[in-house]
This record gives sequence, C-alpha cells and structure tokens, in this order.
Amino acid sequence: MALAQAKIDAAEARLAALSLPESTGWAQTARADALARLRAMGLPGRRDEYWKYTDPSSLTAPEAPRAALFSDPSDAPVFGEIDRLKIVFVDGIFDAEASDPLEMAGIEIERLDAAMQADIHWAKDVYGVLEARGQSPVERPLATLNTACATDGVVIRATARAEKPVNLIYLHKSESSDAILHHVVKIESGAELTVLENGPAAARFNKVMEVEVADGGAFHHIRTQGRDHERRAVTHLFARLGAESLFKSFTMTANGVMTRNEAVIEMAGDDASAHIAGAALGDGEFHHDDTVFITHDALNCESRQVFKKVLRNGATGVFQGKILVKAGAQKTDGYQISQSLLLDDDSQFYAKPELEIYADDVACSHGSTTGAIDEDALFYLRSRGVPLARAQDMLVLAFLAEAIEEIADETIADEILARLRGWLDRRHG
Amino acid sequence: MLEIKNLHVKLEEEDKQILKGVNLTVEAGRVHAIMGPNGSGKSTLSYVLSGRDGYEVTEGAATLNGEDLLGMEPEARAAAGVFLAFQYPVEIPGVGNMTFLRTAVNAQRKARGQEELSAGDFLKLVREKAKDLKIDAEMLKRPVNVGFSGGEKKRNEILQMAMLEPKLCILDETDSGLDVDAMKLVADGVNALRDANRGFLVITHYQRLLNHIKPDVVHIMADGRIIKTGGPELALEVEKNGYADILAEVA
Repeated sequence: MALAQAKIDAAEARLAALSLPESTGWAQTARADALARLRAMGLPGRRDEYWKYTDPSSLTAPEAPRAALFSDPSDAPVFGEIDRLKIVFVDGIFDAEASDPLEMAGIEIERLDAAMQADIHWAKDVYGVLEARGQSPVERPLATLNTACATDGVVIRATARAEKPVNLIYLHKSESSDAILHHVVKIESGAELTVLENGPAAARFNKVMEVEVADGGAFHHIRTQGRDHERRAVTHLFARLGAESLFKSFTMTANGVMTRNEAVIEMAGDDASAHIAGAALGDGEFHHDDTVFITHDALNCESRQVFKKVLRNGATGVFQGKILVKAGAQKTDGYQISQSLLLDDDSQFYAKPELEIYADDVACSHGSTTGAIDEDALFYLRSRGVPLARAQDMLVLAFLAEAIEEIADETIADEILARLRGWLDRRHG
Repeated sequence: MLEIKNLHVKLEEEDKQILKGVNLTVEAGRVHAIMGPNGSGKSTLSYVLSGRDGYEVTEGAATLNGEDLLGMEPEARAAAGVFLAFQYPVEIPGVGNMTFLRTAVNAQRKARGQEELSAGDFLKLVREKAKDLKIDAEMLKRPVNVGFSGGEKKRNEILQMAMLEPKLCILDETDSGLDVDAMKLVADGVNALRDANRGFLVITHYQRLLNHIKPDVVHIMADGRIIKTGGPELALEVEKNGYADILAEVA
C-alpha cells in the first residue's frame, strides 16, 4: 500500500508543479478522464517492474533537471536537404514564424489547441483514446500525464498521399525547459504520410504521438533525437493499424542523459504490417531505453522490431520488447531482435525480450545479443590497409545496418547514415 | 626483400613457444613455398608477419626492404606492401565488398602519399580484375565474403591482392577447400601477379598447389623452425614420401 501511495503522491506533486491547460468540450472531457486515470495510477517508481532497468525519477520529478544547451555551428540541420513541411517548436512551444504555413495537398494540419476548440473534431476519436487503450496490460502513466497536461502539439489527418513529409522540429533554447507535446495523426484509407522528427526539444521532454492508420493506409516515421548531452525525454508512440495498412518507424538517438522511448502498437486489422527500428549511440553519461509492446489481434499480420545500440564509456542501453499474439490472431509473423555493441568493458546493456502467444498457427522469433567488435573482422580490415579507427567505424555501421535498412526512403536513409558517420567522426575528434 | 632473422614467437595468452628461430629471406621476383606438418608454425608465421594480435615476439626480427615490420600496426604493414591471403577469409555482414575494397585501396594510397582513386577509375579497375577471376558483379555487391562458397572466398582474396598490388604476398593454405577448377583459377590469378618486383611466400600442406604456382625455393618447417630448404624437387619428395623421412633425417 505504501508503495501505491508513494506513486500517487508523486503524481500529485508533479501535477502541483504544472498549470493544467484550460479547455472546453471534447478536449475537456479527454483531459479530465486522463487526469482521473493518472490520479488513480500514480507515477512510476523505481520498484515498478516495467521500470526495473531505467530509473524514472528524473522523468517524474516536479521540476525538470537543467540541461545545458549544445550547439555546433558546423552542424547542418537534420533533414535540411529534404523537401518537407516544417513545423517548429521551441522548448515545446509552437513557433509560427519559423514554421511553414500549415497547408499541404492531401493533408489537414492544425495546432492541437485549434482542434480542441472545435465542437466536433475527428481528433476526438484518437486523442487520449489510443493512449488509454495502451494502458493495458501495462500502465504507462507518463503518457496519461501527457494527455491530461499537454500544452501544444499538432493534429494531422492524411486523406491522400501527402506530397512531402511533415517535419516536426524541436529546438531547445532554455536550460530549464520542461515540454509536454501531444500529436495526433490519422491516416485515412489509402492515404500515405511521412512524419520526420528531430531536435533535442527541451531540458525535459514528454511527448506522445497517437497514430490511427485506417485500412490500406501507410505511415512512415523517422526520428532523430538530438545530441544535447544533458537532455531527458520520455516519448510514447501509440498506433492502431487497420487492415492491409503499413506502419514503419525508425529512431536514431545520439547522446542524451536519459531517454525512454515507448512504442505501443495494436494490429487491429488483417494483413497489416508494422516495423519499428532504432539505432542508439551512447558515449558516457547516456541511458537509453526502448520499450516496445506489439499486440496482434488480427489475421496474417507481420510485425518486426529491430533495435541496435552502440555503447561506450559507461553508457547504458535497455530494451524491453514484447509481442503479444491474442487468441485467433492466426498466421501472425512476428520478429524481434535487440543487439548491443559494447565498445568497452564499462558499458551495459539490459534486454528483456518477451513473447506471449495464444494462437497456434504463428511464426514468432526473437533474439538478443551483446558483444564487442569482432576482432577477426577488425584484423581482416586492417590487414588490407584500413586504419584502426576507420575499420571500427565500418564495423559499427555494419552492425547498425539492419536497423537502417528499415527506412524505406533512400534519401532519408542516406541522411541518417551521414548523421551516424558524423557522430563516429566526432568520437575520433 | 623480406628478411626474417632468428624469429622466436610465443602465444600471448599461454606460455607456449610456436616459432623457435626462423631464418628466411625472400627475394623480389621469387616464389618461396613453406611446407610442413600441422602445428609446425606455418600459419603463425603468416599472422606474425601481417600483425595479428595474440602473439609475442620474444627474439629476432623481420624486415621488409629494410623496414622493421614487427613494430608496425597491421594497416601500416599493408601500406608498406604486405598482403596476407587468409586461410579462412572473414565474413563481414553489413560491409559491402566494393566499399571495403575501395576503402582499402584508397587508405593504402593515402598512407603512401598517392592520390586516391576516383569512383570511376576504381570501378573500371575492379571490373577488369574481377573478370579475370570470374567474379561477377553480384559477388562484388554482396557483403564481404558473406554467403560465398569456399572457392569464391579464395578468389575474392586474390582479387584484393590484385587490387592492392602488394610487394610481398603471403598465401596461407590458399588451396584448402578448393576443387581442381577453382585451384587453377586462383593459381592463374597469382601467376598473373608474378613479376620482378614482387615476392611470394606460399604456405601449403600439399604439393598440388605448387604444380600450378611453381616455386623457386621450397622450405620445410617443423616444430617452429625451417629444417630443410631446397628446390621444387623437395615438394615432390614430400608428396611421395610424406614428412616422416625428412623429419627423421633432420633429427
């Protein structure tokens, strides 16, 4: 009981430090519902099984720990060469001047606030709805906190094939910023959209993205999480997939003292496909946690999880991945791999792969490995004249290749590769 | 060109002496073969010359054109002209064969102060050399040695050798795992590289490779030393009578 009370006290302390946004109509209902759920659950503590490998205290504390700004003037903006619609948030606040006009053929975009003021809005059926569905069988109170208290965000509805990607850019300009953003995406039947995300966002960032993909829709998501060393983030990606739909998400994380990325995907319609991948690079004070939960609740769906981490100088990586195949979800094809490359003896990787299967005609596989650079391969490359540092980089990139291959767009994949190379080059600086 | 003097080598991890005083000189333009029973130290010699970890030189020296090889990193030895064709070429998933080759060629050129090859020039060169070894475009595109048959791996080694144009080519059991046709292809590749400025050290168990790559000098190695040196006829003698007679004779 004491434990449960401590969680509830933590939630109350966190809420006391926040000013709850005013809202009316459907938004008020959604927020009030989330607030009630949060007050009942409380915030996670170290003793929660789901937080066994990641200490949530800095993510749940009433005040955000400060995070120094990191800037490198030689840095070209990520995705800068890609034709895209830019939506800029500075420390979690929409910046209209830096953003492009919210207009594009094939999609409707609004600020969350505008959608919330409408009496009737499609977002009502998604906002907080997928998040609430994602609370069972495992609670995710930080996402519920977000639904209750998010101060900004965008709602995007794709009705056709979008002509270019939407790029959500998160700039970090205040050392003490504590940002809570909530985005809602709906891909209508047969529509297709790519969402790019990049930037350090804030000293502490709590972000939820809910994605509803209707039958035959396609959603692509590519994200890079910024290099600010002291930043902290907890993000949740909730998705529900209709029949014959496609969902692909890739995240590259370089540095950051604390990152927890959760993805909760529900395969609700037959013949759908969900791929989720991540490449994380950590050096020193770095803790990165990928927590994925995929539920198969329809026939003949395919899901794929590919997570790779390169860790050095005491960096820590965590992977918790689950595939739940419900009774009746026959012909499920589930794959999960989590791997870490430890570049020294000080770094650590914790993996908890789980399969829970209630159907009898499925193919599910999972694997997890932790290892150092292959000395034989390293010698082979060096014996051909490739210098040590270059040879190591080649093997690191080779290790990450399976995750990067999950990016469908070649131009974007090249951009990610260039970023990875940049990170590696700076290591040798 | 290659001078090995009184080379003593032990394993780093355990107190086990492998080479116990090897003396060997390979002149430019000549092919030296080293034969010997299992465990005689032949492969160790090839690894020590190319700079693999795990070995400790306790005595002696090895130089290439006067340069001390043993103090150099593996990549520096490669740039200086040492090439080891591996007995078991390493599979490297995720690294494309072409990317690897181009990186290696240009890294060596850079280390020697030469200009790097452009993508176009490199491609032209690699296609030409690959054709001679019957290596198709598909094989070049695949990850390094991944999914290659034994013969393909060895041909890939010779392709690298042809592209890197080393001064000293060390072939470690290149004939192992090859059928007759593949052996001929590999041997033709090696013979095409024979010239007055290049030396070869061909390590082999069996005489049959030496039918295709004709040696100038044959050494017999046993228990970490070269115990007998002769001409090509020495290889034939081994083929006929095995190592027992020679070992007995020396003992």
